[in-house]
Amino acid sequence: MSGPSKFQPTHPVLKWFEARLPILSLLYDSFVSYPTPRNLNFLWTFGAILSFLLMIQIVTGIILVMHYTANADLAFASIEQMMRDVNYGWLLRYAHANGSALFFFAVYIHMFRGMYYGSYKEPREVLWIIGVIIYLLMMATGFLGYVLPWGQMSYWAATVITNLFSAVPIVGETLVTWLWGGYSVGNPTLTRFFSLHYLLPFVIVAFVVLHVWALHVVGQNNPAGVEPKSDEDTVPFTPYATFKDLFFFSAFMLLFCWFLFYLPNYLGHADNYIPANPSVTPAHIVPEWYYLPFYAILRAIPNKLAGVIALFASILILAFLPWLDTSKVKSGRYRPLFKIFFWIWIATCIVLGWLGAMPAEGGYVIASRILTAWYFLHFIVVLPVIGMIEKPLPVPDSITEDHIGGHKKKAGAVAALVALAALVGLSVSSEPARASSEQPKPPQQTWTFAGPFGTFDRAQLQRGFQVYREVCSACHGLSLMSFRNLAEPGGPGFTTAQAAAVAAEAKVKDGPNDQGEMFERPGRLADRFQSPYPNPQAAAAAFNGAAPPDLSVMAKARTYERGFPTFLFDILTQYQENGVDYMVALLGGYEDPPADFKLPDGSNYNKYFPGHAVAMPPPLADGVVAYTDGSPQTLNQYAKDVAAFLMWTAEPHLEARKRLGFQTMIFLLVLTGLLYFTKKKIWHDVEHPTEAAPGQDPKATKI
Amino acid sequence: MTNPSLPAEPTRRDFLYIATGAVGAIGGAFVLVPLIAQMNPNASTIAAGAPIEVDLAPIAEGQVIKVTWRGKPIFISHRTKQEVEQAQSVKMSQLPDPQTDQDRTKPGHEQWLVVVGICTHLGCIPIAKSGDYGGWFCPCHGSQYDDSGRIRQGPAPANLPIPPYRFVSDSKIEIG
Ligand code: FES
Repeated sequence: MSGPSKFQPTHPVLKWFEARLPILSLLYDSFVSYPTPRNLNFLWTFGAILSFLLMIQIVTGIILVMHYTANADLAFASIEQMMRDVNYGWLLRYAHANGSALFFFAVYIHMFRGMYYGSYKEPREVLWIIGVIIYLLMMATGFLGYVLPWGQMSYWAATVITNLFSAVPIVGETLVTWLWGGYSVGNPTLTRFFSLHYLLPFVIVAFVVLHVWALHVVGQNNPAGVEPKSDEDTVPFTPYATFKDLFFFSAFMLLFCWFLFYLPNYLGHADNYIPANPSVTPAHIVPEWYYLPFYAILRAIPNKLAGVIALFASILILAFLPWLDTSKVKSGRYRPLFKIFFWIWIATCIVLGWLGAMPAEGGYVIASRILTAWYFLHFIVVLPVIGMIEKPLPVPDSITEDHIGGHKKKAGAVAALVALAALVGLSVSSEPARASSEQPKPPQQTWTFAGPFGTFDRAQLQRGFQVYREVCSACHGLSLMSFRNLAEPGGPGFTTAQAAAVAAEAKVKDGPNDQGEMFERPGRLADRFQSPYPNPQAAAAAFNGAAPPDLSVMAKARTYERGFPTFLFDILTQYQENGVDYMVALLGGYEDPPADFKLPDGSNYNKYFPGHAVAMPPPLADGVVAYTDGSPQTLNQYAKDVAAFLMWTAEPHLEARKRLGFQTMIFLLVLTGLLYFTKKKIWHDVEHPTEAAPGQDPKATKI
Repeated sequence: MTNPSLPAEPTRRDFLYIATGAVGAIGGAFVLVPLIAQMNPNASTIAAGAPIEVDLAPIAEGQVIKVTWRGKPIFISHRTKQEVEQAQSVKMSQLPDPQTDQDRTKPGHEQWLVVVGICTHLGCIPIAKSGDYGGWFCPCHGSQYDDSGRIRQGPAPANLPIPPYRFVSDSKIEIG
């Protein structure tokens, strides 16, 4: 990387500019002529993938801020408005939310790759430590961002995580109050989190620049773990690495878009579609999946302060990895003993993640403790010791020898993956019989809007609206919906005149008028649906303290436990109908309580309601709504229709999302295919050097 | 291909590179669509821009009121007979943006002038019943409009625009 730049401009303007600010040569040397080892496998493309993902997060994030309101009373509604009314708002917000999850997914692969191939070892220690700092910044950014929608999970995540600092001796309480800007998580907390969430990504960018800088000083590691010795060992970054990166990024986008368009809420928590409520904690509060292993470590330790220390230590220990690993051989490929322990450690992390999502009781706690101990032992004992006792396999002399020598070591990696899968499967199948067995699973219904090409059944939505109007609306609001939505494309397909007639029947409070008085007028298309109660307190007062919830996003705010391995298959089958299936089950799930069940006063027994005692009396019965289209007037039909209607109110752009998803997937498949062949062509001469004309430098190929 | 001694034949490789580049560029262009479209007015803003009704009965002769439609001030001027006559008698040659008063009012309702109250120079709101022409005076850079809302003097290039409106009855208009 030293010596004169390979960039020698001939154009006088470029020369003039270059003499004053040599940024072009810097970029050229960094991203064009930069020598990169020729034997890098696809795992090395995750650095580039992460850079692209960071860009996506920043661009979508800046746009979300244009529509978001950082105020405890308005945040939730502003995000819902973005999802409903802003052009492509749903797309941008889902891209940001799923982008963060995939960002973590990619960063874990990037980190595990570094750990397996010893990328943290001399001379790359600083490079690695900068990476650990970036990871810490990402965790902070992800957490802060998760708070912004101000749903139930946001609020309680903010509460739990900030309370970690209360474990600090003496100043803990003061510190937490300072973090909150109040006596509990509230509006000041939200606004400062918002500010920091906007700031930190740019700090990450700065550290990424340092990361890339350090990388370009010491050069990339490679699967063989030997440093480049001759020009033959490397190829120029462009076009070789560029097109490899682009191909794998495009392939990664296929995965991204699968979630973005077909499973946008799969990686999130249903509870976050319930607006924040400081007086009720959700029954089961868990962090996002990418924090779960650390959450398990926190809960494994019975002492508050020690738990918090263990949590932070489990991340910070990564920074000491360059000195904990005593082996001189970099690549895990040539370290038979290390390889085994590496995969055991990966399995430990995954199982810890699973334990983090389980309730903190019984066998789960014991398992968490054992694995937490192993997590640390791996770093403190296993790595230093095996480095000393292990007898490494012969390491190739050069990168070229490794590259041309073929890839016969694949079998080992496959075996390790199989072992890992088996281990995970075993640990999960030994799951103790859960108390949830008394909670029956809602039967899965067939829905027209399920699957990649799903569309709403207009007639069903119209019937569902009728059920809502005649039954549900007596107690439940639909405050995020406007009358105009009824006539918008992708919905129940009412005409504008029909929607206007529905609006005109509503009494809307308006004003103040010129006399300063509020007045009532008939609703217009632009008005929101009117809630049956003026405020949640009035609703609660009318129902013995249990206010009937607003139904606008109910279909996304309810779910049920899918269980292992079903929840993994759901990714392939695109199952997103948890909410509606639950609703149908609930509406038809009223029964006489079993003899040994003590039903609290004023509640009703429902088979499918968690805990079984539900305040809502059975709302539907056969024949209560008179359909005009000849559909069966049964409770089950009413339940299905109203659930479908509420799916539409929760996700009014569902049809547009799936349609755009299909177009995007087709496009990405074409692009990925083209990039694959382009990459293959570019690499052809490097991968098959014997076919190159004698005396011709294979690397001279340019596009 | 950097070697000039090789024959320059359009190969399958060239085609592949061009195709890949083109598809990538098309994809990039499509990505820009949502990024740009999101800044346009959202659906609730558009819905809130629906027509409004204004009752003219309380507006006295000689009075100018201001109502808001789509976030813009709309001036409704109930002109006196004298003002109407004056507005109708102006010679077209005196107007930078020639337009008759008849073109700016509805037949049979000449006493009512409805204009968008935004100066056509750079968007300030002119002050009613001031300036040398009995109409509006813009305090920002001194544009003057007559009592038909036509530009007479100053940097503004055009008359105050007339919003779409109609008379629902003799004393009620619908703007929008
Ligand atoms: S804005 Fe009215 S004169 Fe410039």
